[in-house]
Amino acid sequence: MDPTFWHRFQFAFTITYHYLFPQLTMGLALLILVMKTLSLRSGSERWNDAARFWIRIFGINFAMGVVTGIPMEFQFGTNWAAFSRYAGSVVGNTLGMEGLFAFFLESSFLAVLVWGERRVSRRGHWLAALALFLGSWLSGYFIVATNAFLQHPVGEAMGADGTLQLASFWQFVLNPWALLQYAHTMVASVVTAGFVVAAVGAYYTLRREHGETARAFLTTGVIAGLVASVLVAFPTGDRQAKLVARWQPVSLAAMEGRFESGPYAAITLIGQPNVVEHRMDNPVHVPGVLSFLAFGTFHSNVPGLEAFPTNLWPDNIELLYYAFHIMAGLGTLFILLMALAALQLWRKRLHTSRPLLWALMLAFPFPYIANTAGWLTAELGRQPWLVYGMLRTDEGASPLVHSGTVLFTTIGFAGIYLALGLLFVHLITREVAHGPRPAAAGEVSHV
Amino acid sequence: MFDLWFAIVAVMFTAYVVLDGYDLGAGALHLIVAKTDEERRQVLAAVGPFWDANEVWLLAAGGALFVAFPRVLAVGISGFYLAIFLVIWTLILRAVAIEFRSHVADELWRRFWDTAFAVASTLLAILWGAAVGNVIRGLPLDAGGWFALTLFTSFRPVPPVGILDWYTVLTGVFALVALVGHGATYLAWRTAGAVHDRARSLARTVFVVLAVLWPLVTLATAVVNPMLLPALPGRPFAWLGLLGAIAGLVTVFVALGRDRPLAAFLGSAAWIVGMLVATAACLYPVLLRAVPDGTFSITAHNAGNTAHGLRVALGWWAVGFPIAVAYFVILFHIHKGKAVAAADGQGY
Repeated sequence: MDPTFWHRFQFAFTITYHYLFPQLTMGLALLILVMKTLSLRSGSERWNDAARFWIRIFGINFAMGVVTGIPMEFQFGTNWAAFSRYAGSVVGNTLGMEGLFAFFLESSFLAVLVWGERRVSRRGHWLAALALFLGSWLSGYFIVATNAFLQHPVGEAMGADGTLQLASFWQFVLNPWALLQYAHTMVASVVTAGFVVAAVGAYYTLRREHGETARAFLTTGVIAGLVASVLVAFPTGDRQAKLVARWQPVSLAAMEGRFESGPYAAITLIGQPNVVEHRMDNPVHVPGVLSFLAFGTFHSNVPGLEAFPTNLWPDNIELLYYAFHIMAGLGTLFILLMALAALQLWRKRLHTSRPLLWALMLAFPFPYIANTAGWLTAELGRQPWLVYGMLRTDEGASPLVHSGTVLFTTIGFAGIYLALGLLFVHLITREVAHGPRPAAAGEVSHV
Repeated sequence: MFDLWFAIVAVMFTAYVVLDGYDLGAGALHLIVAKTDEERRQVLAAVGPFWDANEVWLLAAGGALFVAFPRVLAVGISGFYLAIFLVIWTLILRAVAIEFRSHVADELWRRFWDTAFAVASTLLAILWGAAVGNVIRGLPLDAGGWFALTLFTSFRPVPPVGILDWYTVLTGVFALVALVGHGATYLAWRTAGAVHDRARSLARTVFVVLAVLWPLVTLATAVVNPMLLPALPGRPFAWLGLLGAIAGLVTVFVALGRDRPLAAFLGSAAWIVGMLVATAACLYPVLLRAVPDGTFSITAHNAGNTAHGLRVALGWWAVGFPIAVAYFVILFHIHKGKAVAAADGQGY
């Protein structure tokens, strides 16, 4: 067995599972801050009740994010020791800063936000919401900046001992790839949060429960969902794709399942890449669009996979292609659904449009799928490199850790994460069934 | 610059042990000092708002180690591969136990998580102690600078070494005793009533055990790592640490006798800080000691980063560290006073 495969499998499994939670908490932190701000400015209890419900959901998700995030930190050492030795002097900066600047902020004020509403003033509680928002969004930046270095290494220099050293701190931290990828990722996390908030609002409205609060959820979720769904496609997704076209042309070719080079490159809407025969099966194309999206003119040449030696091809072209198309396809549907919901909201008919409420209620898993597919696209597209153009993935794995051992711990993770997932669903279901708590009866406190 | 970062990493890990140490200790002993659901929730109210922030010191210390001495992180963490996964899974169990216990008001649910909290805390304290024991005893680094350890070999601290031998088990138990004592003084400080009384009387017993174990562990250390103690006379920080540790231990006994739990807790913290400072000062500049003869040891000077890289990292660290300390001041201010279980069943 190839140990690198199992290291990758374990990392992919644990990071995919982990990212189910932060993608909600980062987006939700923003929406909670909005709700708390509305409540503080208007003195309205409705928004405070709405915020209180989501803070409880946030707390459970945040705990899951913390416990599934801890293994990620360790895996740099356990699974990718050769990489850590090679690039630690560089990426250690962003990972170290994440701990110091983001994790302390989040963890210090989490208990104040979740349990401390009675311990602090209204403004104090708002500040706790602000701290969680800043902390989680900062944390997102440091992680994305670390990933961006792998995608597009800048600010580094080769050291005398053959490891990477930091040449320019600001170039590294303000990597243009990081800035765009961050915008794209964070907006996508607001999509998830918007859809989840709207889904719970739709569920209560369909059940004719929690009238005012459910309407507040719908309003918040739909507006956030629409704005974020648009932003995630344009400009952030579009600009991100242009970066890939410029710096990782072989990845773009694989994402599109494009084997031959040439101008007027078509975008593929449907079709299956046939890597053996270097063609697309049953393709549905729109000619010229890929050239235009990637380089701004219809006649631009977009290189295909055949323009590159096969040892530079991403090693899982099929999955990369499907992941990218799932992400882009779902992203388009998100805009349509949220635009429709926003229209009905504006006409004050959303809470009576039962088919649309059903759609909103059932749509919430799809942003999770789109976010996961997006990360799959980024990470599979980077292959066969761990640090793009510098360190191949199989050179980064721990030299003395064998595949069977990694498989063993992966099975351990699968079991633990299954149990955690059941617990999580149990607790979230209870919270949703219980519904928003009014201030008088359930104002939370740990006193 | 290398020396400075050696000190920074030592400070960060020490902060982790002192801070997360008290909630680990409190977790390990809470089944003994807290009997009823309300008493258990008192314990959780005392550690609940803090444990996560305390644990961040581990991640922040790991981050500092990563950037300053990437070879240590890469070689050390992958060498302890299976033990690290034990640590990870125990951390997960413990965090879930604290956070999810109070969500459901059911006796069996809560008993289960109480036991999980105690077991995970106990196991973690032992694992961390054994980790320190491994670093002191030395690791079988090869010419390429890597090692891989099995869980145990002959249970003797001589090559071929394993993660567990009589020495590292001893340091594991020593760490458990120290952290239980630390947690007991913390609970005596932060709670009132029966929990306070039980924690205080338990702390007195535990610190007597600690005072007995200390010379034994020191003797064992002298046998296992003959280079460590002879280094002590020439290391002023080691002297300082040793004095601090002795003063701390005396303070604990005096303060527990007079029922001054905050002073006892600070004394216990001083003992831990002193011990870790003395150990780090004696190990300096070695970060991962190679057995049998130290040829392949990783020191602060050959651990991967450059003076330039360390200067840059110092820039952000010097900004971030005071901010982190400030958060803790605010945190302790918000949650000051004796912890009590919430009357309406909400909260930890």
